[in-house]
Amino acid sequence: PRPQAKPVPGSSHSESSTMRQRMKDKLKAARSEMGLPTAEEAYNFFTFDFDPEPDEETRKGQKRRTRPEGENEEGEDGGDDDEEKEEEDKEEEEELFLIDQSADDFLVFKRAEYMGYQRRLQSENELLFTPSFLTVPASSKVPENMKPRYLEEEGLYVGERPPMSLTNQNILENRILKQEQGRKWFGDDGRIMALPDPIKESSTRPPLFHIEDDLDPALQTVYRKALVSKHASQYISVGGETNGDYQLDVDVSGLIFSHHPLFSQEHVLGSRLVQLYDQHLSRQHRNLTEHLTTKLNGLRNTIGNMLEVHGGQRLTPVMQQRISEYKQEVRNTRRLRDLEQEKDRTLLKGIVKIWKEIKALRDFQRFTNTPYKLYLRREEVERASDVREYEAEIQAEVDELLDEMEEDYQRKVTEYRRQQEEWKVWRRKQRAKNKKKKKTQSQLDDNEDDEDNDDDDRTDGEAEPGPPKPKPPEEPDMEGVEKQVSEKASRIRRKPGEPILVPELTASGPITPNEQCPRGEFARREDVAKRSIFIKVLYNDKEVSRTDNRSLNSDFRVHFGQIFNLKIVNWPESIKLQVFEVLGLSTTLLADVFVPVPESSILTGSAPSEELVFSSNLRVMFDHEAVGSDVPFSFEVDGSNRQTLLTSGKLSCSVSWAVGEDDVPLAPPTTQPNGLKQLDAIASIGASGLNDMKKLGEWATESRLDPNDPNNADIMQLLKVASSGEVTAPDYFRLEQLQEEFNFVSEEDLEQSRRFRLLRLRNQEVAEFRNYKFVPAMEREVTDKVFEVRSLREIVDTKGHLDAHRALVAKHLHKIRESIINRFLIAKHHFIMSDLVQEEQVPTIGILGLNLFKLAEPKRPLKPQRKERKKVTAQNLSDGDIRLLLNIIRAYDIPVRKPSVKYDTRSSSHVLNTYISGYERVRPFVEVSFQRSVLQTTTADGPNPCWNEDLQLPFSAPNGDYSTANLQSMKDEIFINIFDEVQYELGGDRGKEVHTRLEKHWLGSVKIPFSTIYFQSRIDGTFKVDTPPVLLGYSKERSLASDGGYDAVRSLTEGAFITLFITIEPQLVPGETIREKVSSAWISFESQESEGLLLASEVFERDAAVHFPDRPCLTTVININGKTVFITRYLRPLNPPQELLDAFPNSPQEATDLIARYVSLIPSLPDSVSFAGVCDLWSTCDQFLTLLAGDEEEHAVLLCNYFLSMGKKAWLIIGTAIPEGPTTYVLTYEQNRYLIWNPSSGQYYGQYDTFCPLQTVGCLVSADNVWLNTQAYTSPLRIRFDVTKAKLWKPFFSRAFPNPGLSSVQCITLHIILHLPFPKISLTCRIEKILKEKIMEWRPRNPTRWNRYCTSTLRHFLPKLELSRGRDVADEHRLELQSLLGDYRISGFPLHLPFSEVRPIVEAVYSTGVHNVEASNVEFALAVHVHAYPNNVLSVWVYLASLIRMR
Amino acid sequence: MTANSPSVFLLMINGQIEGANFPEYDDLYCKYCFVYGHDWAPTSGLEEGISQITSKGRDSPHRLVWNFPLEITFKSTNPLGWPQIVVSVYGPDTFGNDVVRGYGATHIPITPGQHTRTIPMFVPESTSRLQKFTSWLLGRRPEFTDPKVVAQGEGREVTRVSSQGFVTLSFNIVTKDTKRLGYDTTATETTHTHPVAAGFGPGNQTLSM
Repeated sequence: PRPQAKPVPGSSHSESSTMRQRMKDKLKAARSEMGLPTAEEAYNFFTFDFDPEPDEETRKGQKRRTRPEGENEEGEDGGDDDEEKEEEDKEEEEELFLIDQSADDFLVFKRAEYMGYQRRLQSENELLFTPSFLTVPASSKVPENMKPRYLEEEGLYVGERPPMSLTNQNILENRILKQEQGRKWFGDDGRIMALPDPIKESSTRPPLFHIEDDLDPALQTVYRKALVSKHASQYISVGGETNGDYQLDVDVSGLIFSHHPLFSQEHVLGSRLVQLYDQHLSRQHRNLTEHLTTKLNGLRNTIGNMLEVHGGQRLTPVMQQRISEYKQEVRNTRRLRDLEQEKDRTLLKGIVKIWKEIKALRDFQRFTNTPYKLYLRREEVERASDVREYEAEIQAEVDELLDEMEEDYQRKVTEYRRQQEEWKVWRRKQRAKNKKKKKTQSQLDDNEDDEDNDDDDRTDGEAEPGPPKPKPPEEPDMEGVEKQVSEKASRIRRKPGEPILVPELTASGPITPNEQCPRGEFARREDVAKRSIFIKVLYNDKEVSRTDNRSLNSDFRVHFGQIFNLKIVNWPESIKLQVFEVLGLSTTLLADVFVPVPESSILTGSAPSEELVFSSNLRVMFDHEAVGSDVPFSFEVDGSNRQTLLTSGKLSCSVSWAVGEDDVPLAPPTTQPNGLKQLDAIASIGASGLNDMKKLGEWATESRLDPNDPNNADIMQLLKVASSGEVTAPDYFRLEQLQEEFNFVSEEDLEQSRRFRLLRLRNQEVAEFRNYKFVPAMEREVTDKVFEVRSLREIVDTKGHLDAHRALVAKHLHKIRESIINRFLIAKHHFIMSDLVQEEQVPTIGILGLNLFKLAEPKRPLKPQRKERKKVTAQNLSDGDIRLLLNIIRAYDIPVRKPSVKYDTRSSSHVLNTYISGYERVRPFVEVSFQRSVLQTTTADGPNPCWNEDLQLPFSAPNGDYSTANLQSMKDEIFINIFDEVQYELGGDRGKEVHTRLEKHWLGSVKIPFSTIYFQSRIDGTFKVDTPPVLLGYSKERSLASDGGYDAVRSLTEGAFITLFITIEPQLVPGETIREKVSSAWISFESQESEGLLLASEVFERDAAVHFPDRPCLTTVININGKTVFITRYLRPLNPPQELLDAFPNSPQEATDLIARYVSLIPSLPDSVSFAGVCDLWSTCDQFLTLLAGDEEEHAVLLCNYFLSMGKKAWLIIGTAIPEGPTTYVLTYEQNRYLIWNPSSGQYYGQYDTFCPLQTVGCLVSADNVWLNTQAYTSPLRIRFDVTKAKLWKPFFSRAFPNPGLSSVQCITLHIILHLPFPKISLTCRIEKILKEKIMEWRPRNPTRWNRYCTSTLRHFLPKLELSRGRDVADEHRLELQSLLGDYRISGFPLHLPFSEVRPIVEAVYSTGVHNVEASNVEFALAVHVHAYPNNVLSVWVYLASLIRMR
Repeated sequence: MTANSPSVFLLMINGQIEGANFPEYDDLYCKYCFVYGHDWAPTSGLEEGISQITSKGRDSPHRLVWNFPLEITFKSTNPLGWPQIVVSVYGPDTFGNDVVRGYGATHIPITPGQHTRTIPMFVPESTSRLQKFTSWLLGRRPEFTDPKVVAQGEGREVTRVSSQGFVTLSFNIVTKDTKRLGYDTTATETTHTHPVAAGFGPGNQTLSM
């Protein structure tokens, strides 16, 4: 209850006016307090400055201040009523003042008012309000005696409020509460009312309809191939031949405003008049009334004729039917005609009425605005005929109506009769029933007079309700009809004799000139003149052109008459015309007019101009005469009968397709709705995107989705569908589902298929399959044999070993090899620039100079230098391209045959033979076998033969793969065997025919691994021939003619030698880059050495490489774990097996030999072969002894360590040797001479031995230092081994860089297994058995007989050989054999091998060719002896002999 | 190999190295060779070839024409390692030294029919400016160790190349028994033969080492 606000008298005008404004606002607010605040109010509420105003108190305070003093005492807490009264008083007072007092009385002269700070504070406290930011208690926000009600708890949906900080919210609440009616802003729950956050967090997607199979089959999705719509791109591209030649003509002819804000009232009426007149004209043009009248007359005539023709006769039912139809038609037509006539009449009346209004308006305002003039032309009619026609018309109508009524009546009567009959029947039945019951007389009476009168009273209330009693139809009211007809006629038709009025509207009337108009009208006309109109043409919502500005005329018609030719490229989607009104500089959009895109058949020239209605709801008000738009106005003086008109008009335009030069319409082919374009991607995926219903449900429950929230409706619906139906949601994500589709075959198939297995093995570059060609296309074509190679290897490695321990070792070795090969493979796929691109080095000045110098060189030098051959990359090669070239030059000291005593006595021819050819005689030839192809030289004579023959052996790489890696890993060896060709004569005594038989006797062999040739590219030198310790029938006699000097030189070397030159044609590039790369990679990533040491060693090695490129220098090596270790760590005195030392306690020389032999008996396995050219791996001695396999380095290290422990001075020599290539030897210094030991053979050479295989000495390694050879020469013959000479040897550790005291990697003592844990007898037996089988296998055509006696003899002999280590037993042995087997010619020899596997033994036996004896009476003898050395080192002896019975 | 169940399929290639477009060079000749996987073998035809030297004509100043025929038939059991043709172009430099002008490779089209391929060509770049200068001076431009390098992806990251020109090849492909072995190489739409630039963008290969 607050006082009705009245304008508060203010001290000044401006203040009061603002106050008034505020009061107005408040008034409004108060008025609408019951409902929700309107938008405007809400806006005001939040934006309005509340500070001084909303409180009653502040207003009071203000008032108080404006008043003269003295009224201050008025109590603040005075009631509202008091105040109101007071205000009224005040008002009166002021009025009095206004009358009586002059301005001077208001002025008071006094001091400027100053208010003290405290006072001001106080007063401000009264005035100002600072809302607290404390939380308002809920109780003050809700109405009294009510508890806050939480809609959410009641299950109603409450939207999420927009986030707002609590402080701000509190401030707002406090502020609102201070206000009157503040509580209305609070909801039932005591919080400020707020709309839910309007921002939708997720995009909407279409409802999810189908879940699996629940769908009606008719609604099932049918999948079709995606069609690319022709209109997918907006550009018209049809065919392409008439591309883009389409033209749309837009003809904007003009527009007429049916209402415009600047219309005056007269204009409004005028336009209405025009509308009506237009209507009238169009009606007249159609002239429906006339047409219907004619039709009606025609119908009537037809009926009349028909009746006349058959005059009075009975009409056939067909005719009757037709007549009735005609009558029906007449009735309809008449009704229509009446309607039209009525419309005509009202239209005419309306026109006349409006015209009258215009005239009245013109009279009233005393000027004319519109040129309209309405003439009503009278067309006089002949009165009599007109009356007659009128009458006749009425009469005809009346007749017809009567007819109809009569008919109707008749029909009704018949109907009535029928109903009555029915009723009677029913009645009778009823009666009969009743009669039985009552049997009263009165009922009978009733029954009788039932005929006519139906007004009998129904006494029996118990009768069931039957058909209602029909009522007789009323008689038609004939007079009424006539009256009706004439009334109607007078209403809708002109009266008979009246002239026909034809309205004619002309726009030729004079318009009052501007100067004669009143001011308002004048302003309006001025306004009109200022305006102009133009139209923009928009095609596909892009403006393409616009018309000129046309000024608005007083008749509000604008004529443009412009045609725009649009060349179009895009499909037409919309054509829009925008009507703009220009006033000065401002432009207003009046209306958008959409023009339909024309059919392609609508062409320019034939297209009709269309009138398109537009309207605008713009609200325009004027302060002059114009009526405005959306503003109520009235024609009446008293302002009643208000009308509101909106701006509207008609735009006449036409849009059509242009016609080309040759009458071809420039229209694109029929446009189709562009359906595909609107589809969005998510919608097309549909519900299938959400498969995991369970999870969705869980999530929904977890996150407590409000089921009433409209935002969640989709999810809820989906969940409902999902939970209600027995939908089993797949528990995988959709992408995985697709993954399954992507799988090539199932995992099982992949495992089982042999073909896939083969492909995978090849892809993994497993050695056997690395370059497997032609994996068959069909599974069935892959045989299991393919895999046998691999499985064979594995089986051999584990089971095929004769010795369990070795099997274990082999297994271990295999593992290491696997891992290293894996690392190697990884490294192999790492490329550096030089692998791919060949680039010339930047030439140094020196090279440039050298090149310049070369220009002056003679073209054909006298001493030509060997040119380097061009190296061929192995990749380009194929089978047959590569040959192995061997030049076998000569041999020395071939064993010679011994003269047989028996031969001499028995056969004179033999004696003669030997006599002639000399005492000792040998006819050696060389047979080279490589990859099972065998070539041999011619036979030469004597123990020092010279062949000088070239042999070419074909070479083929395994699997036809000539890649570097493959060639490096080749294990093939070249066997160079020396044979003696022996000629026997048979049957020489008996007849004249002499048969000679040639036999070849093996004398010795040289094995050169292919890898050596490959890496060195050529081998040139003299090699020691491996000759068996015992060669039956041969002796290693020195040549008789040997002079002492020569003998002294080679005192230490015994045996035969052969000089060879081997190379590969064309030269292959050894894949050393990989080796270096890998090793360098390993160095860089793993080492236990200190950084400084590594750096120093790198520098040292680099220096060596720069200054002495041909001298191998090694400071760091890679151990078996792939880590870099400094080389000196490998050297440390290690005690050799005591057994060996004890063997010759008195002879240190013998012991040394034995130890060297022991070391050499450990099988050799070149790293570079087994590790496919990766690099040298150095294993420690105990690893070496455990593995029982290693290459020269391991042998050398072990030997050196043994020597060191024996108190010798020993070094490792890093150098190159023949045929091993880069290798490691051992150097010892004893008895003032240096001895060079080949650790793999156990042989030793003096420094000056010509046949020492060591060719270059790179550096020496001792336990504490490394020395690089800096002498001029590298050959051991020509260098000095005194490492103390700084000029000759450059030490690694010098005073500048002392040895940091590197500890050794070797164990202090080697663990030595003294005795074999396995029976060596069984091993012997097995080897023997295998060899016998093999020999029989190699002789498929001949029977192989074994001489047991000889075998046992040989078996006894072998241990002796072992003891003597192959020396000095030959003679007695021969004698022994001779005595035992006098009748046989024996050729044979013992083979000595270290033992690792059976295979090398078999190979060695095969290469001797003993089995090749073709004689029919040949017998064989084979004995095997295995001698065990400590630590499982085995020495195997195989004695093989062939025996031929002489007699 | 019975007719009912073939164990290999055949790929016959007829075509020619039509010509090249090297705007800056003249008097070029080209070599070609095929690179193919383990399961492939040429049964007939020439695996490698070297063309005549051609000079630019007066009327077509940008076009070098070789019209060097290719004819080779492969047999295979496995589409893995489908043959690629490697073309390398050589020609004299300003000093008359024979230097490489471009390497390029493309797979033989897998669909039967006629195809035209335009291969972008590139050459390895020198590692430094000095190298570039000396190689220019001495006429010893950097070359790939093996032209077949351009047919493999392995190790290319260490090279830098610059693009040179284009070589146009046309192929007529006939296959036999591919479908029998389960490889359907016929395209669904056989109509368009677009000159796809095989392995376009050798510039992308210029990753730093």
